[in-house]
Amino acid sequence: MKLKDTAALNALRTQSLGLLENRRVTSSITAKAAKGQRRHVMVCGGPGCHSSGSPGIAELLEEELSLRGLSDQVKVFQPGCFGFCEKGPMLEIHPDNTTYCQVSAKDVATIVEDHFIKGTSVERLLYQDPITKERFTSNLPFYHGQLKIALRNVGYIAPENILEYIAADGYQALVKVLFDLTPLEIIEVIKKSGLRGRGGGGFSTGLKWELTRKNEAKQRYIICNADEGDPGAFMDRSVLEGDPHSVLEGMLIAGSAIGASYGFIYVRAEYPAAIHRLQVAIEQAREYGLLGEGILGSDFCFDIELKYGAGAFVCGEETALIHSIEGARGEPSVKPPFPAEKGLWGKPTCVNNVETLANIPPILLKGADWFAGIGTEKSKGTKVFALAGKVRNVGLVEVPMGTTLRQIIFDMGGGIQNNKTFKAAQTGGPSGGCIPAKYLDTPIDYESLNAIGSMMGSGGLIVMDENDCMVNIAKFYLEFSVDESCGRCTACRIGTKRLHEILTKITEGKGTEDDLDKLMQLGKIVKTASLCGLGQSAPNPILSTIEYFEDEYLAHINDKTCPAGVCKSLLKYHITEKCVGCTLCAKKCPVSCISGKSKERHIIDEELCLKCGKCQEQCKVDGAIIRR
Amino acid sequence: MCDNPSSNDHYHQLDAYIDNLHYKKENLIGILHFAQELFDYLPDKLQLHIAQKLDIPAAKVYGVVSFYSFFTMKPRGKHAANICMGTACFVRGAEKLQQEVEKQMGIKTGQTTEDNLFSLDSLRCIGACGLAPVMMMDGEVYGRIHEPEEVRQVLEKYRPNEMPKERCPKHDI
Repeated sequence: MKLKDTAALNALRTQSLGLLENRRVTSSITAKAAKGQRRHVMVCGGPGCHSSGSPGIAELLEEELSLRGLSDQVKVFQPGCFGFCEKGPMLEIHPDNTTYCQVSAKDVATIVEDHFIKGTSVERLLYQDPITKERFTSNLPFYHGQLKIALRNVGYIAPENILEYIAADGYQALVKVLFDLTPLEIIEVIKKSGLRGRGGGGFSTGLKWELTRKNEAKQRYIICNADEGDPGAFMDRSVLEGDPHSVLEGMLIAGSAIGASYGFIYVRAEYPAAIHRLQVAIEQAREYGLLGEGILGSDFCFDIELKYGAGAFVCGEETALIHSIEGARGEPSVKPPFPAEKGLWGKPTCVNNVETLANIPPILLKGADWFAGIGTEKSKGTKVFALAGKVRNVGLVEVPMGTTLRQIIFDMGGGIQNNKTFKAAQTGGPSGGCIPAKYLDTPIDYESLNAIGSMMGSGGLIVMDENDCMVNIAKFYLEFSVDESCGRCTACRIGTKRLHEILTKITEGKGTEDDLDKLMQLGKIVKTASLCGLGQSAPNPILSTIEYFEDEYLAHINDKTCPAGVCKSLLKYHITEKCVGCTLCAKKCPVSCISGKSKERHIIDEELCLKCGKCQEQCKVDGAIIRR
Repeated sequence: MCDNPSSNDHYHQLDAYIDNLHYKKENLIGILHFAQELFDYLPDKLQLHIAQKLDIPAAKVYGVVSFYSFFTMKPRGKHAANICMGTACFVRGAEKLQQEVEKQMGIKTGQTTEDNLFSLDSLRCIGACGLAPVMMMDGEVYGRIHEPEEVRQVLEKYRPNEMPKERCPKHDI
């Protein structure tokens, strides 16, 4: 049923408010006090929890609640990602404001019996601080310091129900844009807010819209870049799966501002769940007349089409993405002309990231000043980070710009796993750099990260510890760049390959100091002579690791050792005087490189040794076989 | 899954899909996705057919198929295994996982087992970093796989005469 005007939308909103009643309350009430009230059980449907079986848990909960006659009172559903992936599968019960972690199928009956019937929390499923051992019913430390703008609805509303989005003020910003503001005024609001591209470019969104609008054409296009190719990044995925309408609304507003009547969402093929959610959302938006002709009774017509990627990282670059939509190889083209002037099918085109678009509705509703009041001088608002790697708490965090790395990694992230020592944080994916411990107190914003040799990127934040070899990490990123280079530019196509070869040489113990100079020189050449961002930033992991971890490179080159104990070719297994001569290791060695008589200390022939570690695995005497 | 790539029925389905599209040439990638779903892979003959249908050079189709890693020109095994080699999985042991899977399957990444049961490939991040290191079997995600025994249990589910069971070993649902 098409909504013919604003009044109809508002009426629907009022009708739907009941869906969110008791959904999320900030004050805690006990399970006992909540008895008899209408309750919601939200079982996290984020990618991690989903893969750990949360849909099955949600089903079992519904069955059990039905068996116990509680179906009318308790509604179970799966919103998007709660963010705290480490502790999934998670569920939240409201208005009790209780969160349970690492829930399994076996816990379902206990939860229903204890929490719902008896009115007591299931203590062992509450989050426990690993150091203080304190249990938390709600307000988990992971969430302290976070501020959800892009993720405001993720983990809160049912993503496949447009009515919940409408109840949560969805499409109200669109109303403002269609009836209260001119396109130029919309652009002014976004410019004033200071919103910058969240895909990594950091370009002023308002300015981009302005430039696109400036170019006269019968047709302009808005494209949502949902190609999220950075390995280790899943921020956009959570928005697409958890709050797809926020992206549609963002695109509608962008379309209105720049004068486009058609939009595309280019979504990577590796995200089938996100594709499905978007298809459902687009279908529903069309059904309610929020996409199509004469939206809400205005003159504005707009529709959206989905386009799928096919596994090419370079298609995250806007010109490559455009070529991909046109059905061609995803090879970037020279800029200028920029897409704002000549983009999709030669028409003025604006490409915006998912997170950027998700920020648009709240900015229009709450005002530019509100958004500009958050963050730092040049980087306004919040940023979503995908915190992963060797932290205790892997997950998604959304923090105001200016939050320090230390706060993210040690407060929200809970510090390093297994009590190891922090070594580096990698931001910006394969285009970024590694940040050492001395910069942990850097407030995060676009400029500050550039200044220390890294970049914001799309928001991937990988934490490394003492057991990560920085040379090996640089090699890993180069391998990625070699694979993903489109091949168009000689400097990138051949340069990345040569860089990778040199790094491989070093990790195999065949490097020389000359190789370090070569890496720096060639790295600079690749940066300067490449056409697009992929090549221009591919050497960054090498240049930043050489700057901050040169001693590690030198250890590989001069001492032929890998201090982190990772590069297999440089590991040496050694039998100490603790050896009792049991001969177990010699018997297990696949290349028979261990010699020695029974009850006498054995010796490993390092020339023949494969560094497989089987000898150490077999050895029953502590310290008899060591690796150095 | 189609065993015979020249099955007329599949060609008719593909042609019907293409005929229904408003814009054909621009939808080459969407058409290739659809074709690969039907035929399981994109051999020369199929590429030529698509080129003729769209009235574009076969070289263009080949250029697109060879560019995007999602598309394959070789038949795949019955079950598609993918190891996530994203950064988060990498630092949590994806290389070791890859080596173990290669060992247990007896093939290298990019190959298919001789009995055509498994194809092994690597992916660059599926966004389940909380479960690193991760492997996917036919789209099903298995996380936190560290031990050889855990790999063996996952592969066992897909071996012949075994019905694919519910969920992964860590979560008995």
